[in-house]
Order: sequence, then structure tokens, then C-alpha cells
Amino acid sequence: MVCQDCGKRPSTLHFTKIVNGEKSEYHLCEACAREKGDVIPGTPNGFSIHNLLSGLMDFESVTKGASKAPQQLRCDTCGLTYLQFSKLGRFGCADCYTNFRHKLEPLLKRIHGNTSHNGKIPRRIGGEFRFKREINRLKLLMMQAIDQEEFERAAQIRDQVRAIESQWKREMS
Amino acid sequence: MGTHEFMKQPVSDWMKAEGPDSDIVISTRVRLARNITGAPFPMLCTNFQALDVFEKVEHAVSLPKLQELGPFEWVALNDLDPLEKKALVEKHLISPNFASEARYGAVFLSANESISVMVNEEDHLRIQCLSSGFQLSETFQKASCIDDAIDSKLEYAFDEKCGYLTSCPTNVGTGMRASVMMHLPALVLMKQINHMVHAVTQVGLAVRGIYGEGSEALGNLFQISNQITLGQSEEEIIEHLYQVASQLIDHERQARERMLQANNPRTIDRIFRSLGILSHAYIIDSKEALQRLSDVRLGVDMGYISGLSSGVLKELMVLTQPGFLQVEAGSALSPEERDMHRAQMIRQRLDQANRESTGKQD
Ligand SMILES: [Zn+2]
Ligand SMILES: [Zn+2]
Repeated sequence: MVCQDCGKRPSTLHFTKIVNGEKSEYHLCEACAREKGDVIPGTPNGFSIHNLLSGLMDFESVTKGASKAPQQLRCDTCGLTYLQFSKLGRFGCADCYTNFRHKLEPLLKRIHGNTSHNGKIPRRIGGEFRFKREINRLKLLMMQAIDQEEFERAAQIRDQVRAIESQWKREMS
Repeated sequence: MGTHEFMKQPVSDWMKAEGPDSDIVISTRVRLARNITGAPFPMLCTNFQALDVFEKVEHAVSLPKLQELGPFEWVALNDLDPLEKKALVEKHLISPNFASEARYGAVFLSANESISVMVNEEDHLRIQCLSSGFQLSETFQKASCIDDAIDSKLEYAFDEKCGYLTSCPTNVGTGMRASVMMHLPALVLMKQINHMVHAVTQVGLAVRGIYGEGSEALGNLFQISNQITLGQSEEEIIEHLYQVASQLIDHERQARERMLQANNPRTIDRIFRSLGILSHAYIIDSKEALQRLSDVRLGVDMGYISGLSSGVLKELMVLTQPGFLQVEAGSALSPEERDMHRAQMIRQRLDQANRESTGKQD
């Protein structure tokens, strides 16, 4: 079996962890286990691979001094650190986007020249979100109109916003 | 082995159809990356979580809404042998990394192979639709339709600001990568291609060769795709790609027109020399085969060669890839055996096409 982390080297460390009744299996190669340190995905606290491995190999001495930055930015949900993200170029879970939010803006700007989604929306959040987005768009247009002293147009847009807001209330109730 | 539908035919059914502008655009592809809530992305999934995703998706796609779209096959990667995986890779139905590294990977495949959904690739779901020729909007509509059907059963990871959340930040937002595979031999021969590639990359699109490493484009095949996935709507991305690809089509047609007018004996020699080699060679590697097939295809499209359909050539471009030859031969082949087998197959196909066309004329 290959290592579930790098997917390349054979896994030599196999163990099972049970958190709140949920069983998780781990199959890692030594290199990945070492790199992970005490961060095992899905285990926010109380479990240290250091302790597990230190009896098997001289683990502490390998990691000592390497990366002992205590306030390193980390996703609480999946355990990925920002440093690991910048090496891998991959996020570990959906919550990474929230947990690394302020680091993310400049990155997304650089990749896409933009930081907010403007496309398709899943069905389940479609309704409410669609209203919000349309209202924001109209408010922006309204500000522009005011800037250009086109007050009549601004008033029209304001009425449009109100109409959408009341429609929204009707649909949500 | 041998029971899967996708092993029975080397060329996908969708590819046999003649699409719009198919003298230049071989195929159109749209891919949507999606993840479902409640599990980390596949890279950090435990085996248990990966299996859970696998089962959830298997359940979701078994529901009537998707089955209405036609017959599908659910293929677990673990059940495939290496040759079968290789065939899927060469048909562009799964990615090479996925074939070798996925845990609890699966692919949900339509009978004509125009729709494939990879499960537990870099993202939980990669919905992919392929069409023959230049059909961007249609292909996107189809992918979006599959997306809606799955969305009705699974909860996608989505953020109001960032859109669809993906493992790699280069996919976030729409999660969409749309691309067209173009055959641009005249632009290459007229030495205009570098200029064109540069222009295309300046407007936020990516260009890469289909086969071969890095920027070397074997067989004069280029893939043009969107790079930006965040901030533009799917329709805007598709429209932009459509405009740029349309311009490339125009430039390629103009270059072909100029070549026809010039009627350069060297060009004509090159085309017929390639036809001669393909018709008679006893050993040929895949690199040479692709280049010669490109020359002959250009000869057919420009009207120098008659009686040979571009469909046969398209088929040969796929067939001559290493995995297919081995599948066809039924066993793993040494490189030399492969090159002999390839040459033999090309000879046979061309001979057959030739006899069919002279038969028609009688
Ligand atoms: Zn590893
Ligand atoms: Zn995370």
C-alpha cells in the first residue's frame, strides 16, 4: 500500500485512531510521518505522532529545531499549516479557505486577478444568495449614479433594490 | 479484464461524430471540480473518509435523474488492471495521476464516453464532458446538467465569496476548466505559431501541447484553455475562450489558404512522403507516427489527398498511443514490439480505408 499522504512511497506506519466513535486508519511513509510532526489530519487535539514514533526511532532529534514555530497559521479542521499549503499548493479541506482567509486574498488576486466568485451557485444556497448578490450589484450601480450626479437613475435603482428586498422577505417567510 | 465497455472500442463513440469546425478543432472539453461538505479534500482524507465519499457519490449517481441521461457504468479503479487504467488515460477519460495514486478512486462513465466523473481525484469530484469539434457552449451545458443532478443529492463545498471550493486555489470559483484541442499544422509550418501562442497567453488563456513533455507539441496538437476560474461567470469564460479560439481557427485557415496558393512542392512532398511512410513503414515510434499523421491530415483537409477520411486519421492518432496497442495486442509489449505493432496497425487501417474508398467509386 502506498503512503496516503504523498501517494508515492510505500507506507510503513499503519495505525488506527478512534475519535468520538469514528475510526480512522492511517498509512504513512516515514518521511511523511516525520514531516507531519504531530499534525494528523482529523485529530484536532490529544494525539501526537511524536509520542507514537519516538519509541520506534530517534524522532525528536530529527524534528528538533526544524520547524518549531508555535504560532504557525494552521487550519483547525484538517490540521494543514499554511507552510505546508505553500509547499504543496493544495488546501486540505474546505475550511482552509476560512482559516487562511487573510493570507488568501493577495494569493487569489495574483492567480485570478479577482477575489470574488461571480458564477454558478449550488441549488441549496441559490435562493438567498442570489438576492444578496443582486442587491449588492444594484447598490454599487446606485453609488456610481450618485457619483455621477445622476440622481434620477439612482432613485430608480433604489426602488429596484426595495422591490427585490420585499420579494426576498416574501419568499423567505 | 475485457468485460468493461470502454475496453471494447479503442476510440470513443463521441469522437467518431464530425463536430463543427472539425477540420481544425478536434475536440472540446469542459471540466468542473467539486467537493462535498463534511470530508477533507482527497489529499488529506483518511481511507475511511475516502471510502465514504466513494459510497456517497456511487449512491448519488445511481438515482434516476442521472440515469435518465443515458446508460452509465460505475468503475472502481481498484478493479482495473494496469492496462485498463492506461487505456482510460489515453482516451483522456481519467488523468495519469488519478490512475496511479487515487485511494478509493472511481469513474462514472457514460456509454459513449462523452461524460466521465472522476471520484477522489485531486477533488472529490471532477465532472468532465467531451465533444467532437468546436462546441463550447453545448459542452458546458451538458457538464452543468450533470452538476445539477449531483447537486440535488450531495451538498457541495461552497463559499459565497470564493465560490466552489477546490483543493488547488487555481481552480476555485467556478471550478471550471474549458478547453479546445486544435490541430494547427499550417501555423506551425508557416512559423507563426510562437507568435500566436504568445498572443493567446497574453489574454489569460493557457496553451500547451497535447502529447509530449513541456511545450513541445507533438502532432501539431494544441490545447487552449482558460486559466482564470474566479471572478468571471462560466458564460463569460466560455465566451472569451470561444472568441480567441475562433480567431485561431481563422488564422489557421488563412495560413492553409496561403499554403495552397503558394503550392510549394516541398509542402506537397512532405504530405505525400508522410503518407508513403505511414503506408509502408515496418517500425514507427509514437512521436513520428503523430507527426506523419498530422501531415497527412493536413493533406486531406487541404484537398491534396482524396479518398481518406479525417475520421480514420483521428482514430489513428488515438490508436497509436502505447496503452492502446498493448490492449489490442492483449499483453504488455516491449518498445520495439510496440513500434512494429503500431506500424502494422497503421498500414492495415490505411489499406482498409483505401480499399473502402476505391470500392465506393466503382
Ligand atoms: Zn508519504
Ligand atoms: Zn483545512
